[in-house]
Amino acid sequence: MTTAASPNTPAAGPGQMESQAPNDQFEDTKIRIQGLSVGYSDGTESLQDISLDIPANQITVLFGPSGGGKSTLLRTINRLNDLADVVSLEGRVLIDGVDVLDPKLDVIELRRRVGMVFARPVVLPMSIRQNLTYGLELSGEKDPGQFEEAVERSLKASALWEEVYDRLDDPAVSLSGGQQQRLCLARVLALEPDVILLDEPTSGLDPISTGKVESSLQKLKQEYTIVLVPHSVQQAARVADYAAFFLNGQLVEFGMGKELFVHPQDSRTEDYIEGRFG
Amino acid sequence: MRPIGWSEVIITALIKVAGYSAIIFVTLIFTFLLREGAPTLFEVPLEALAQTRWYPIEDYYGILPLIGGSLIVTFGAALFAVPLGIATAVYIAEIAPRWAREILKPLVEILGGLPSVMLGFIGILIIVPFVREALDIPTGLTAFTGALILGGMAIPTIVSVSEDALDAVPKTYRDASLAMGATPWQTIWRVTLPAARSGVLTGVMLGVGRAIGETMTVMMVTGNAPVLPTGLRSLFSPVRTMTATIAAEMGEVANGSVHYHVLFFIGIVLFLISLIVNLTAASVVFKQRKRSERILS
Ligand SMILES: Nc1ncnc2c1ncn2[C@@H]1O[C@H](COP(=O)(O)OP(=O)(O)OP(=O)(O)O)[C@@H](O)[C@H]1O
Ligand SMILES: [Mg+2]
Repeated sequence: MTTAASPNTPAAGPGQMESQAPNDQFEDTKIRIQGLSVGYSDGTESLQDISLDIPANQITVLFGPSGGGKSTLLRTINRLNDLADVVSLEGRVLIDGVDVLDPKLDVIELRRRVGMVFARPVVLPMSIRQNLTYGLELSGEKDPGQFEEAVERSLKASALWEEVYDRLDDPAVSLSGGQQQRLCLARVLALEPDVILLDEPTSGLDPISTGKVESSLQKLKQEYTIVLVPHSVQQAARVADYAAFFLNGQLVEFGMGKELFVHPQDSRTEDYIEGRFG
Repeated sequence: MRPIGWSEVIITALIKVAGYSAIIFVTLIFTFLLREGAPTLFEVPLEALAQTRWYPIEDYYGILPLIGGSLIVTFGAALFAVPLGIATAVYIAEIAPRWAREILKPLVEILGGLPSVMLGFIGILIIVPFVREALDIPTGLTAFTGALILGGMAIPTIVSVSEDALDAVPKTYRDASLAMGATPWQTIWRVTLPAARSGVLTGVMLGVGRAIGETMTVMMVTGNAPVLPTGLRSLFSPVRTMTATIAAEMGEVANGSVHYHVLFFIGIVLFLISLIVNLTAASVVFKQRKRSERILS
């Protein structure tokens, strides 16, 4: 897959320039991460001084070996890590210019704008329909028309409508694993967020379901900013508009997906892509 | 094929014997109850049993006041033990900081192990006078007092079992709910509690079951007057439960007499009530279990 690009030679100069100034490549930065460090109570610095600009309406992939801090980064962006035993948190995460790590920020409001899909599908113990309307209800929506509209729109967007439209009141657990995961995606879409974070959303799915999820993501990026932790390098290469390689809490390399997977600048990235470790 | 070892055979046999003997004992007990209680139906007409006067010395065998007494005390106990117990479980499992949890959990277990006579003591010495003075009624030995103490006995069971059930709800459920913009409280109410429903229900049933069958404490604090409870006021007057009646009168009754048979008949009624409560609970729990099994698959 990877050609014999040799990242250590001076010839790689122009490429280096590119990956250092990604801002030039996209007109619109959605999430700007500046000097972010996160440490858990067990003493490890799970993220060390990360700076990264995530473009709007693109799929940005965070990949790298286990324990690299990818999930930690996602959970910091939507403040889900508030509940974990994080002992040190430095730096800033700006979404549309607003620092979301600000303790005074309305976390509930933030999480409605920044949806998240987890590795294992977690359908809530309710019907399919209720799973989709749960978030809307919590946000104070009461109009049944709105619910109907949201249910249909989100199911269609996540390529699930055809399979479930006639049994919306069945318990959500009666769906197959792949359907459940698309339901989780639909549940996030029902809230019409700006940003969707996905943490290995297809790790438990068969290739066909994975394909369905990936192709709906390709459509969704027109409207949403998507940050995805893939479950394999292959998936990373398939879906990435932009890609960031994480290793032991450090951001090793960031660049356009097409570039990064073909001509990685850093030898560690290259090793990982070629399967030499991790 | 591998030969099956002797130890294997013996262990299997032992487990089988243990299992069957449990069934046999229950059947024996029930047959005994039936044999001693069933003659009542020939000796006392049903209309007489369905009367409101319990006065065996003059052949008044109306058991309604006893059933009513048991029900009012049990319902009273459930009425405050269930919400309080579940709330405590939620606090311990979901809200309390870690150090508080470490203290509270064992404390609840210890409370659950207190012998009921001791609770009776506490009832007579502290709660009975307190109820009498606070409510300004002639005696503190009332259904209300019994309900308070039985509720207190049920709470540790409810808390302990419910807390385990809440604790077993995967963290991913809470994450998923919070990530959708639910507050911690909305998450508890809409996701965690429903997901733990079967366990919480088991806890409630075990706790309330203990209250229905409890004898010693209610005998000590409810005043033991066989008066049919008719309304809210009866809550604050003495009552007598089925269990207390059997315990108090069985020792003095002539073997084989009508009174003796009626006492056993009351036992059958009590047995049936417990059975219905347990079956209802089991059917609900069973339905839930099937659902949760699918969640895990
Ligand atoms: N809640 C937590 N408490 C303590 N340490 C944690 C916690 N979550 C993650 N860590 C630690 O932080 C480091 C990074 O974890 P993280 O889950 O972000 O990695 P990851 O890149 O998502 O890995 P994977 O690919 O396996 O999901 C790991 O060393 C992990 O042990
Ligand atoms: Mg992870």
